[in-house]
Amino acid sequence: MKLFNIFKNGIIDENPTFRLVLGTCPTLAITTSAINGIGMGLSTTAVLIGSNAVISLLRKFIPAKVRMPAFVTVIAGFVTIVQMLLKAYVPSLDKALGIYIPLIVVNCIIMARAESYASKNPVLDSAVDGLGMGIGFTIAITAIGSVREILGNGSIFGLQLLGANASPALAMILPPGGFLIFGLAIGLVNLITNRQTLKSGCGSHSAGCEGCGAECSLAGTGKEADS
Amino acid sequence: MLQSILITFISAVFINNFVVVKFLGICPFLGVSKKIKTAAGMGAAVIFVMTLASAAAWLVQEFILKPLDLEYMQTIAFILVIAALVQFVEMVLQKTSQGLYKALGIYLPLITTNCAVLGVTLLNVESGNNFLISVFNGAFSGVGFTLAIVLFAGIRERLETAVVPKCLQGFPISLISASLVSLAFLGFQGLLK
Repeated sequence: MKLFNIFKNGIIDENPTFRLVLGTCPTLAITTSAINGIGMGLSTTAVLIGSNAVISLLRKFIPAKVRMPAFVTVIAGFVTIVQMLLKAYVPSLDKALGIYIPLIVVNCIIMARAESYASKNPVLDSAVDGLGMGIGFTIAITAIGSVREILGNGSIFGLQLLGANASPALAMILPPGGFLIFGLAIGLVNLITNRQTLKSGCGSHSAGCEGCGAECSLAGTGKEADS
Repeated sequence: MLQSILITFISAVFINNFVVVKFLGICPFLGVSKKIKTAAGMGAAVIFVMTLASAAAWLVQEFILKPLDLEYMQTIAFILVIAALVQFVEMVLQKTSQGLYKALGIYLPLITTNCAVLGVTLLNVESGNNFLISVFNGAFSGVGFTLAIVLFAGIRERLETAVVPKCLQGFPISLISASLVSLAFLGFQGLLK
C-alpha cells in the first residue's frame, strides 16, 4: 500500500511536468509527436529507476560535500547505458530524439529526485518513486505530444486522422506551438484540479535542481515562485 | 574564415537560437527572467562558461576520448568537465577579480545543470566543428541565450501588471508569452542558405 502511494504520488500529486514543472527542456523539445513522447518518457524512467536505486544504495557512503558530482556521475552512467541500448535496438528513436538523449543527464527531474528522495530513503521506495515519477513524466509528455501531433500534423502515433485536403496548423509542431501547448496544458490542469502549480523552484522538491532553483534564490520573491 | 565565423554568429544567435528554437536552457530562461538585470547577469555568466566549456570539451574529445576510442564516454566526460570547469572558474574569479565574482558568482553554480552548456559541447562534436569554430559557436550560442532571456525579461516585467486568469498565472502565462517570442524568432528561418 505504501509503495502504491509512492507510485501514485509521482503520477498525480507531484506530477513532475504539470505540478512541479521540472524537466521543461525535453518536455518542449521532443513533444512534436506522441511516439517521441513515449520514447523519451520511458528512457527517462529507466534512468530514474536506476539512478534512484543506486543513489539510495550509496546514500550512506557519499559525503555530503561531493554529493552533487557523485549523483551526476551515477546519472550519466545510466544515461550512457540507455543511449547505447537505444542506438543498438531502436535506432530510429535514437535519431528522432538526438541530442536530447544525452541531455537526460541534466534533466532536473532526475537530480531533484536524487537529492530530495533517493538520498534519504531505502532502495525499494526510491526505485518505486523513480518509476512513479518516470511514468508521470511519460504520461504528461505523451499527452502534450499527442495534442501537438494532432494539431500540427493531423495524425496521432503516425496514424493520419485528416483527409488529404486538410492542412493542419504546422506552427503547433514548431517551437512556438511547444511553448503554447505546454502553457495551456498546465493551465488546464490547474483549472481542473483547482490548484496552483506547486512551488516549483523552491522547497524540498527541487533542492537538487539548481537550474530551476534559481527561481527562488534570485527572483522568486513575487508571484512566480508561489505559482 | 571570417565568413564562416559570421555565419556561425547569425546561425547561433538568430536562426538556431538555443532557447526559443532548440529548447536548451529553458529552466534558467523561465526561472531567472523576472528582471532584466538578473537576466543580463545570468546571460553574461552563460556566455563565459559556454565559451570555456566548448574549448575544454573539444580538447577532451580530440586528445583523450578519440585516441583512446572512448567516444561512448562522451556524456560522462563532458558533464564532469563542465562541473569541474564551473567550480574552477568560480574559484579563480573569487581569488582574482572580486568585481566579476560579485557580478557572476551567484549564477555560476546554477550553470552546471543548465542543459545549454552540455548541449553546445555535444552539438559541436556532432557537427564536427574545428577548435576555433567550436569556441565561437559556444560564445555566440551564449549570446543568443542572453538575447532571448533579456528580451523575455522585458516582456515578463510588463506581464506583472497584466490581468491574467487565475489558472494561467505564473508558469502558464510565461510559457504562452515565450511562445510569442519564439514565433518572432521563427521569422529568421531561412535567413541563411
